Amino acid sequence: MSELTRDAVAHLAGLARIDLSDAELDRMVGELGVILESVAAVQQAGTEGVEPMSHPLPLINVHRPDVARPSLTPQEALSGAPAVDEQRFSVPRILDED
Amino acid sequence: MAQATTAEPVLTWAATNAAYDPVMGLEVHVELGTTTKMFCGCTTTFGAEPNTQVCPVCLGLPGALPVVNEIGVESAIRIGLALNCEIATWCRFARKNYFYPDMPKNFQTSQYDEPICFGGHLDVELDDGTVYRVEIERAHMEEDTGKSTHVGGATGRIHGATHSLVDYNRAGIPLIEIVTKPMVGAGERAPEIARAYVATLRDLLKALGVSDVRMEQGSMRCDVNLSLSPKGSDAFGTRSETKNVNSLRSVERAVRYEMTRHAAILSSGGRVVQETRHWHEDTGITTSGREKSDAEDYRYFPEPDLVPIAPSREWVEELRAALPEPPGQRRKRLQGEWGYSDLEMRDVVNAGLVDLIGETVAAGASASGARKWWSGEIARRANAEGSDVVTYAESLGVGPAHVAELESLVSGGRLNDAMARQVWDGVLAGEGRPAAVADARGLELVQDSGALEAAVDAVIAANPDVAQKVRDGKVQAAGALIGQVMKELKGQGDAAAARALILAKLT
Amino acid sequence: MTTELITSTAAELAGLLAAGSVSAREVTAAHLDRATAVDEAVRAYLHVDAEGALAAADEVDRRRAAGEPLHALAGVPVAVKDVVVTRGLPTTAGSRILQGWVPPYDATIVTRLRAAGMPILGKTNMDEFAMGSSTEHSAYGPTHNPWDLDRIPGGSGGGSAAAVASFQAPLAIGTDTGGSIRQPASVTGTVGTKPTYGGVSRYGLIAMASSLDQAGPCTRTVLDAALLHEVIAGHDPMDSTSIDAPVPPVVEAARRADVSGMRIGIVRELTGEGYQPGVQRRFDEAVQHLIDAGAEVVEVSCPSFTHALAAYYLVMPSEVSSNLAKFDAMRYGLRVLPEGIDDPSAEQVMAATRDAGFGDEVKRRIILGTYALSSGYYDAYYGSAQKVRRLIADDFAAAFERADVLVSPTSPTTAFPLGAKLADPLSMYMQDIATIPANLAGVPGLSLPSGLADEDGLPAGFQILAPATRDERLYAVGAALEARLTAAWGGQLLAKAPALQAISTKEA
Repeated sequence: MSELTRDAVAHLAGLARIDLSDAELDRMVGELGVILESVAAVQQAGTEGVEPMSHPLPLINVHRPDVARPSLTPQEALSGAPAVDEQRFSVPRILDED
Repeated sequence: MAQATTAEPVLTWAATNAAYDPVMGLEVHVELGTTTKMFCGCTTTFGAEPNTQVCPVCLGLPGALPVVNEIGVESAIRIGLALNCEIATWCRFARKNYFYPDMPKNFQTSQYDEPICFGGHLDVELDDGTVYRVEIERAHMEEDTGKSTHVGGATGRIHGATHSLVDYNRAGIPLIEIVTKPMVGAGERAPEIARAYVATLRDLLKALGVSDVRMEQGSMRCDVNLSLSPKGSDAFGTRSETKNVNSLRSVERAVRYEMTRHAAILSSGGRVVQETRHWHEDTGITTSGREKSDAEDYRYFPEPDLVPIAPSREWVEELRAALPEPPGQRRKRLQGEWGYSDLEMRDVVNAGLVDLIGETVAAGASASGARKWWSGEIARRANAEGSDVVTYAESLGVGPAHVAELESLVSGGRLNDAMARQVWDGVLAGEGRPAAVADARGLELVQDSGALEAAVDAVIAANPDVAQKVRDGKVQAAGALIGQVMKELKGQGDAAAARALILAKLT
Repeated sequence: MTTELITSTAAELAGLLAAGSVSAREVTAAHLDRATAVDEAVRAYLHVDAEGALAAADEVDRRRAAGEPLHALAGVPVAVKDVVVTRGLPTTAGSRILQGWVPPYDATIVTRLRAAGMPILGKTNMDEFAMGSSTEHSAYGPTHNPWDLDRIPGGSGGGSAAAVASFQAPLAIGTDTGGSIRQPASVTGTVGTKPTYGGVSRYGLIAMASSLDQAGPCTRTVLDAALLHEVIAGHDPMDSTSIDAPVPPVVEAARRADVSGMRIGIVRELTGEGYQPGVQRRFDEAVQHLIDAGAEVVEVSCPSFTHALAAYYLVMPSEVSSNLAKFDAMRYGLRVLPEGIDDPSAEQVMAATRDAGFGDEVKRRIILGTYALSSGYYDAYYGSAQKVRRLIADDFAAAFERADVLVSPTSPTTAFPLGAKLADPLSMYMQDIATIPANLAGVPGLSLPSGLADEDGLPAGFQILAPATRDERLYAVGAALEARLTAAWGGQLLAKAPALQAISTKEA
């Protein structure tokens, strides 16, 4: 379970959209293997019948009224954009149809 | 990824249905008509200048956090109730992780295994009166993406584009996704049933007031999942998912096409590829998009920036009690009140005239009179213009009040049908209200019995042979005499009264 | 005068400002001068905003002269960790992928600092995206510990702690996900608090692990921490996870500094083996001080704490892998084109940018998190880790039945040399072994100096933990201990730090 092959790491890097170099990939496999061994301990923790916890505090039903709030100006919205055209974010050609 | 530009082989419709049974799953996304987005206070008005309705939250800026729109939750619950669903006592949002430039966070805040509504049904009535029950798997809350325009390609589509321009105004608008359970047993009526389901759902959502459900504007979107299994087999086949189905007509055509395409593959011994396909309304085919077998692993996990939603049972019951009458039920009730036959009601429904007739009746007309005018005369004129009745009437500024007034002039004996049609011409030409037009054109039934009797006498005298036929028992011959009486009275005679008088004198 | 200003506590400065003995401009200018003098050596700051800070100071002076009512801390300057979004000031989160990004909005806590009239001196250095325990993973070079410039200042908030420890700021804002405020405080001889989860708004904190992150004060005294805590804490409608309740009475507790009758719980799993002897010794002495001050000590056991590190390094990277997906070269930040490809697609640009813009530690954690969430592994990893969280929270709850606060050494070691742990990520992760449980359970924690370790003369930290929403207990215990220790030392611990020279010439 704690074995992560090079192919598996490459697949994960693809899912995470990070283009790792071969050298990085090799290094990562070793490092991750070590980390995974230690975190695999979590499965020994005796969690039978324990409810998972995603929030420290039992808050529920937090919402806001359907009332408009000020938006950013288009200039503010586009201010950090690497490329802008016609008041829109210009992005390189997209391969996959949604 | 090669895009097929020529159609793939299809089997005939007959051969398809002889050998295979379809299983459909329809996913409908409804854009809510809330004032603000699902997780932030940006407005949602359609058609605004690009990137003028964005903020750190819906733009996915580092550090921004979502806060749930309470009307988004309320609408989800109302939709679930209208679909006879159970409403979760406790549910959460989840992150659906994938990368796409129109996704500001590269995850969609949605719901995964804890949807707010689940386990419902919608009864769909088909044209011939058959009812098909569509089982609803779930309805859940999520957010819409931004919109990309692809630049540089031939058709404005992704294929061949050099770059894209992204507008995030739409990102974050609340969506409710409604998912059916697999629809089985539809057989060759599958296309019809799919269309009817979407149409019925649309009417329901419209009646709830949660969305303007305009498929052409994208506020209601339908994805069609379809697979075939050989007749007699229980096993589900491999399914394809078809997107870009933007109208009721497309729903029906896409289901039909996919059935024949799958059939062609299966009958030649091939295997259907599990993939996403794109419907082309112009050519009537689907083309391959992405292979779904290399499906993204969405790595769902509960959204840590939001807390669970736990609608109280009191609130749910309040919402249930305030639901509007379901459209199907309302139609049955009105049919009874109006005394229409099934066929008459179906015609009225199919022409989209239920509301107009309802308003006309409310304005004082009889139900039969209202139907006669709207489904008859006005529909005829609308068709001649190539329009539908509702649009036609709207464009000319005429409505229920006009029809009711006209009908009352006829039923009150002031006008006969022929005269009414002339008055209507005047109304449509903008000459004014029916009574005013009748006055202006001097249209009025002659009620003077003296004039009527004089005319009848003159006609009988002028047509002794026809009169004799009537005396001899050929009552139908009176028709010619009636016609002449009307001519005498310049069309302003009461035909029924003339007939009665003629018969009285001759029989 | 300048030296007095920069070595004064925030409370003292507030007093001087209110009395009119000194202007806000003088106070801010003194700290800016100090930065100019020493920060080339310390490298606490990524960006100093002299103009903005002085303008804010002038505004406070103007308002005070006009007799307008002002917040108690008005005119007291503050440094802000670069993971917090500041309108008009570059915000990088210590990463190349945000190099040059200037946010168009302020974090809620920044809005509150500005509303209080506190000039923002600049943005402090940090491990990239708050991932680290040494600030060595900053894309912009490490920060140096003012006690020994060849050593780490802790992380991920080493910049804020070092700024405060080197008197470049009386106050700083940090964030703490697994110890990133407390551990730097511990190794720099300063004070730092991680409030109850939800106690301080996260709106505008560049997210690392959403269910663990909290912003908090970095200061030189417990009272200063309480004062800053009060400014930034409180409900925020822009943060769905923020607590809708009044801020706990932290300042009052710090002033009263009363531990008589309080039960102090020593967590067995957080002391002893693995803890540097000098650190352990100072801890034991501090506990004795608390007993002398009227507290009672009990020993408690939290067995699930032994799994805390593992759970943390599953929950945190999972949330990280999702939170960092937004950095994709489309809307802001770095855009790098892949080499050797003529007409790259958006997908290729994303992948090339993320490889170029993220450092090694960030990439490691993203990949780890992607794995932990992926189908087939969710239950074994993320799912199990969330269950261990529940066990940890339950252990805390049980312990807090028997003790009013829990205590431990903040970090197992004193500041280690720069570079010493870079080759061994796991040994770096072990730095947070005592601080991580509090983040997993959401309970508040504070670190204050316990003294200098004998073996190396470097600061050690004393950690106090309290039940969720009972942050005031941290300050009661912290202030009481601080008073005794300061008396024993004959002054602030920081007075024993080597003086920092202004570096004007490079070593030959």
